[in-house]
Amino acid sequence: MSGIRYSFGADEHIFAEIGEEMSLEAFFKGMAICKELEKRRIPGVSEICPSNASYLIRFDPDVIHPDKMLRTLQEIEAQVGDAEIELQTRIVEMPVLYNDPWTRETGARFRERHQDPNSTDMEYAARINGYKSVDEFIDAHSGAPWFVSMVGFVAGLPWLYQIVERSKQIEVPKYLRPRTDTPKLTIGHGGCFMAIYSVRGAGGYQMLGITPAPIYDPQQKLPYFKDFLAVFRPGDIVKFRSVSREEYDRDLEKVAAGTFNLVFRPVTFSLKSFHADPGGYSRHLAEVLNAH
Amino acid sequence: MPIEVIKPGLATTVQDAGRPGYYSIGIPLSGALDQYALRVANLLVANEETAAVLEATLLAPELVFRAPAIVAIAGAEATPKVNGEARPRNESFAVKADDHLTFDFMKSGARSYIAVAGGIDVPAALGSRSLYGLGALGGFSGRKLAAGDMLPVGKPGLGARAGRALPSDIAPIYPRSLELRVVTGLYFHRLTEEAARTFFEDTWTVAPEADRIGYRYRKGRPLSFRERKQPFGAGSDPSNIVDAGYPYGSIQVPGGLEPIVLHRDAVSGGGYAMIGTVISADMDRVAQMQPNNLARFVEVDMATALKARAEYKAREARLRSALSA
Repeated sequence: MSGIRYSFGADEHIFAEIGEEMSLEAFFKGMAICKELEKRRIPGVSEICPSNASYLIRFDPDVIHPDKMLRTLQEIEAQVGDAEIELQTRIVEMPVLYNDPWTRETGARFRERHQDPNSTDMEYAARINGYKSVDEFIDAHSGAPWFVSMVGFVAGLPWLYQIVERSKQIEVPKYLRPRTDTPKLTIGHGGCFMAIYSVRGAGGYQMLGITPAPIYDPQQKLPYFKDFLAVFRPGDIVKFRSVSREEYDRDLEKVAAGTFNLVFRPVTFSLKSFHADPGGYSRHLAEVLNAH
Repeated sequence: MPIEVIKPGLATTVQDAGRPGYYSIGIPLSGALDQYALRVANLLVANEETAAVLEATLLAPELVFRAPAIVAIAGAEATPKVNGEARPRNESFAVKADDHLTFDFMKSGARSYIAVAGGIDVPAALGSRSLYGLGALGGFSGRKLAAGDMLPVGKPGLGARAGRALPSDIAPIYPRSLELRVVTGLYFHRLTEEAARTFFEDTWTVAPEADRIGYRYRKGRPLSFRERKQPFGAGSDPSNIVDAGYPYGSIQVPGGLEPIVLHRDAVSGGGYAMIGTVISADMDRVAQMQPNNLARFVEVDMATALKARAEYKAREARLRSALSA
């Protein structure tokens, strides 16, 4: 990978583009640099935001001069290098009701904004990715885990990138024109990324399903919101589990009763081990979830 | 001793200095869009300069004070009225129990700041009382004000009194047409040569879709992006990039049509190429632009941005010394 491209966002930001295209390597490098930056607790730095293949920082130029800030980032880049990167992170399993009635109904209201008004988002996504059936597509989507590669757009919304070889990445275009409505907790996909809509609102991603698990709650009602009002952090690994309507409804009842929980397990991700055997490594990650 | 909201106005919210530190999980800075006016309003009523105030947008609210209070209005040029009688702007005044506060329309500027001695005492969320509307976080019950809301007020400071006035030489004015200074960069290189020129040549008009998330501008020539084979993971439109973090003040041009300057309730990231960033010293001026006001973008370098920032800080310092006496 060649060097990082740095650019000032006026006097308070530096934007660092690690790669023009998305890759696990670019994401890993950004995570490593952002972690080191956090560790250094540099006075004046107020925001450190890793994203898919880049990162953004905000700083106070009255505390640290922009040139010095930039030199610090370049120094960290050199320090992190292209060394074998391991990420200490967490893995969690999330239930998903794929092909659910609510996102299908929402999709039906916005067909004129879609590439293929005659199929559902799910049928379209399955077909253009070469899957013979919707079930086969769901198997692929829920088969290998995903990295949270960025959190944002709105509060607590995770973007995820699947931990599979480039050739197996699911890719779908966004809607031709964005919808004005997306149900809360929709599982969406656009480009090579999926997203979980943390709040109801506009959106352009293809809608594939819905999860019963809240991911953002300013009231912090469920056990897994104990520490913070948003669930996901960049670097988290998420495995989706396809559930039936009955399971989904049961989970919703638990959410209402305040007893629903998500369990995070610690895990170490090694990019080298993944590249050596992508399929096997994906199974290894799933085993971490089931080992307890 | 609460304040009752009779009419909420167009979009009135509780705001303070904002909530830094959570942008990486999509929770933006928030806080008063015009940070200078926030400080003016607070210092006039002897509050901490970043205490929580009400930020009114274009159409101000109608309020009833259920207890006596010292009040100051800063920001947009809109005459405040108590029981129908005009009161000065940029000067503290007293209200009695059951007095009605209303406003004339905003002649210039888009945001009025209503400070009450003691501050608006809603609970802080993640260290700030500012409303972040999309996340239903902070503010009054996680939303903009509605008729019937009863706003709690904190204990006034000892120095709160009527008749404290902002010296006119440090009172901002809000022209209908202005220049916004921009440091180019980020994905500016994705614009065609012609677009990189016309962006700065054209006069842009503030669109009705201008809010705390971002200011949209229109009526300039469309901006083309260089054709390329789009990188893996970027969208199909040439204005798309692999989704990335958006700086505050950064300018994006979805589809090449209408530039959007992100403000303090920014969406924290997305897939539209940003072509530059408005300098920090000009963000208050963006906040006070009304729909149909005119802007030209002017390219400046980092040295100019830092000089403008130093001037802004000096103005803040003059404000403090003028109003702390």
